Amino acid sequence: MNVMEFTAVVAIVSFVAGLLGSLTGLGGGVVLVPLLTLLFGVDIRYAIGASLVSVIATSSGAAAAYVKEGFSNIRIGMFLEIATTFGALLGAFLATRIPTSILAIIFGAMLLYSAYLSRKPRSLEQRNLPPDPLATRLRMNGSFPDLEGPRSYNVQNVPTGFSLMFGAGALSGLLGIGSGAVKVLAMDQAMRIPFKVSTTTSNFMIGVTAAASAGVYLSRGYVDPGLAMPVMLGVLAGSLLGSRILVKAETKSLRLVFSLVILVLGLQMLYKGLWGKI
Amino acid sequence: MELILGNLLRSGVLLSAVVVLCGACIYLSRHAHEKANYRVFVGEPSDFRTISGVIRSVRNGRGRGLIQLGLLLLIATPIARVTFSVVGFAIERDRMYVVFTLIVLVILLYSLLGSGIGV
Repeated sequence: MNVMEFTAVVAIVSFVAGLLGSLTGLGGGVVLVPLLTLLFGVDIRYAIGASLVSVIATSSGAAAAYVKEGFSNIRIGMFLEIATTFGALLGAFLATRIPTSILAIIFGAMLLYSAYLSRKPRSLEQRNLPPDPLATRLRMNGSFPDLEGPRSYNVQNVPTGFSLMFGAGALSGLLGIGSGAVKVLAMDQAMRIPFKVSTTTSNFMIGVTAAASAGVYLSRGYVDPGLAMPVMLGVLAGSLLGSRILVKAETKSLRLVFSLVILVLGLQMLYKGLWGKI
Repeated sequence: MELILGNLLRSGVLLSAVVVLCGACIYLSRHAHEKANYRVFVGEPSDFRTISGVIRSVRNGRGRGLIQLGLLLLIATPIARVTFSVVGFAIERDRMYVVFTLIVLVILLYSLLGSGIGV
């Protein structure tokens, strides 16, 4: 393939990944690295560098809309970003030191987990939880616009959430993804933050987390302009379009298809990693 | 405050996308028919790895330098957002969160400057 064809095909694939990722809420970054490595034979390190850059673009683009609507909680986000940026820095340094086959195996496991999580029914939101002393001291409790007017919530288990966020940051720095799946685990399951607040706040945080490791990747020469360009522009355009049509689209069957794609990609990454073919 | 943050993020992303697109036009017009090869990892030359290298290659009119400049702007957008948050919390006289936000900012700046990109 010459440069023109390669750029065009990668841009189209990235556009579709960004569109599906934003329509299903599963994020496009998680399928980009396996697609680039398995389909186009790109070295996993270049793929991770390009994906990381696109993650910043989609997160910052989407967060702009959410912040205005008043769903995201900036205090929760900022406090947890201490954990995610530390983790991201550690992840990025690790990524430059461990063999690519191990990277592929971790990536495969992460994909399988995302596929599992996307099929699991969302646990019922518990309302009217008692205020937690630590969360109250950190002024994390808040409210958001719901159907019946503003609804307030009390944040729980701050230390558990904080530690899980460190792990989410490390995975993000290691694999060049937003690791929304782990963030959901930390904020929904541990901290009991309402779904609308946790997804938008996590989206808000992803860009900052990715920026913490992007510097390391760029300076190590993992970010190739010729590859990052079509990936970033494609994913950005796809996810912007996705967030426009999100309101009307029927996403249930789309979600099923997309999680199957994630499952297959995860198995392939595991296979290639375990047999040292990457 | 939140409105300013939202607009800052949006304009940062738009600006970087435009710069990347301009770089893409130059790069593609010159290299369209070369062979694309990302199979083997060699790492980027220093022109595309450091801020001064990127600026040097933009001055020389290189498309890929312009793309990297756009990507640097993109990385700078969340950092600018965090900087604005420090100011925002200071205006609200929320000392605790000024400290938290400063910690995040220090980590971000350390990762950018400590990684050798500033050389």
